[in-house]
Amino acid sequence: MSESNIVLNIRNVNKTFGGLHALGDINLEIEEGKTHAIIGPNGAGKSTLLNVCIGRLVPDSGTVEFEGQNMIGMQPHEINHAGMVRVFQTPEIFPDLSVIENVMVPALAKRDGIFKFNAFSSMAGEKQIADEALHVLEDLGLGALVNQHAGSMSRGDKRRLELAMGLIQHPRLLLLDEPTAGMARHDTNRTIDLLKKIKERGMTKIIIEHDMHVVFSLADTISVLAQGCIIASGTPDEIRGNPKVQEAYLGGAEL
Amino acid sequence: MSIPAIRNDWAVMAIFTVAVLTAPLWLAPIGANYPDLLQKFAIFGIFAIGFNILFGLTGYLSFGHAVFLGVGSYTAVWSFKLLTMNVLPAVVFGTLMGGVFAVLIGYVSLRRSGIYFSILTLAFAQMSYNLAYSVLTPITNGETGLQITMNDARILDGPVGDGLPSTTLFGLEMSGYSGFYFCATMLIIAFFISLRIFRSPFGLKLKAIKSNQTRMKYTGFNTRPYLLVAFVISGMFAGLAGSLMAITDPLAGAERMQWTASGEVVLMTILGGTGTLIGPLLGVGIIKYFENIFSALNEAGLHEFFAFMPDWLENIVVAVSSEFVGEGWHLTLGVLFMLVVIFLPGGVMEGIRRTTAVVRNLSKGPEKKAAESVGKE
Repeated sequence: MSESNIVLNIRNVNKTFGGLHALGDINLEIEEGKTHAIIGPNGAGKSTLLNVCIGRLVPDSGTVEFEGQNMIGMQPHEINHAGMVRVFQTPEIFPDLSVIENVMVPALAKRDGIFKFNAFSSMAGEKQIADEALHVLEDLGLGALVNQHAGSMSRGDKRRLELAMGLIQHPRLLLLDEPTAGMARHDTNRTIDLLKKIKERGMTKIIIEHDMHVVFSLADTISVLAQGCIIASGTPDEIRGNPKVQEAYLGGAEL
Repeated sequence: MSIPAIRNDWAVMAIFTVAVLTAPLWLAPIGANYPDLLQKFAIFGIFAIGFNILFGLTGYLSFGHAVFLGVGSYTAVWSFKLLTMNVLPAVVFGTLMGGVFAVLIGYVSLRRSGIYFSILTLAFAQMSYNLAYSVLTPITNGETGLQITMNDARILDGPVGDGLPSTTLFGLEMSGYSGFYFCATMLIIAFFISLRIFRSPFGLKLKAIKSNQTRMKYTGFNTRPYLLVAFVISGMFAGLAGSLMAITDPLAGAERMQWTASGEVVLMTILGGTGTLIGPLLGVGIIKYFENIFSALNEAGLHEFFAFMPDWLENIVVAVSSEFVGEGWHLTLGVLFMLVVIFLPGGVMEGIRRTTAVVRNLSKGPEKKAAESVGKE
């Protein structure tokens, strides 16, 4: 661990909601270029952890260091520009815009920064942004839908669009919240292939996932979360053989 | 979308410019070609276009836009009083002052969204209206309204002869058609700016805020400055419209800021089609035209109109319909508005879109059938 580059360093993060201990003393290090999966039963605190990372929630204590910079207290848009981008579980797309516009908006964010008053240039002149958006959409198999109204797409397509919106920003760290939930089998496999391709390009990722098939095909390291605590961390093989994990999460089932 | 989309902005501008400048000709058949009404169309058109930049693009519904209208009028009249009777500085200062007020009101109101934003803007508008009536009388001349007088400084104009001077554009008197054409020019400029904003990256970002503001924040945008800029632009459009109201008749009163005036622009925009380029202008045209016709009608006129009916029926019909004309014109407006909102939530523009879609299907129908029968053979 000491030689490699730590992108995200979560230290002693605690979060309670009322009396509920949602996150208890979480410590996590993510290495550059690796895919780290966080698994755990429902209500284990997986989404809470992601929300702390992207600034939607402020933890009671602890630090989240991204590339050496503490993210606690920063605005969501600042965290985005630092290079940590989240792909949402329930599609948070722009339903009133066309598919390609949905992808062009995050591309504009990357180029224009937090605020830019470009009211007198024309969208029709944004060839580079449009090409880039088209490229990402074709990569995800949405090439035929570019001009469709995003709100009227199927749920699976919305999930992929959501992914495209994250990818076009070329994040330093991509947080994926159940990227394949609600997808048909062949769509899931397609998404796995795509995420593998992204991994080859060296993008660091955190994946929250229920589907063990997805987790074991993609993850370099896995952390198991149960009742707000990390009960095990390690390589897929270590996790597979860990009796504590089998009991807490997998109910003794064979993996 | 199904209206033949004219992709070239310059073609749109050319058509729009010609349509506005020839309005006195093509509005003649419906009797709407006198300068007073035409000028009203242009001024409220600017007001609605500006309102649509805020409401149509970002979804933030302001219920206090009449403040900027009033501010524009007062500023213009003060420009006539202190500087010159030339309308150009009046319009420039009116627009700028609208912008200044929009920065102040927008900065506070945009801390909230949805209904709370609307209520905040309404509160500001009513506050300004009451202040203009009472405490600010030295600036607004209270109930009487602000007017030009013989004793005004007018430091750029020099001494005047007998009687009140009239407003001019470098010597050209701003009355009748010259007044209309000045307003029409401003309308064309305003429409051009609005068109550019709609088609720009900035406009796309505003539409994205309307569609999903939360997502915009996680996409890396600080949405507050975007909203404030949209608010200020639309405030400046309203300020411009307000100052134009004072150019033919240099008079400004507090009633221009009343909430009914703010409500009217909301009605116009929704009636025509929120978020479309042309919709708000159609809304203005419809409301101002019918207001003109219906509010001028009286019972005698109705009797004449329904004279073909038997007397007993005529009396009933006139009794009922007289409630909808003259003073009761707002009843007609209310019914019209309800019908549009219930059956055409996208306004008149949606009606046009649906009609063209139906027409296109009908004209396509026979060809399709012919093609299918050929395929079978």
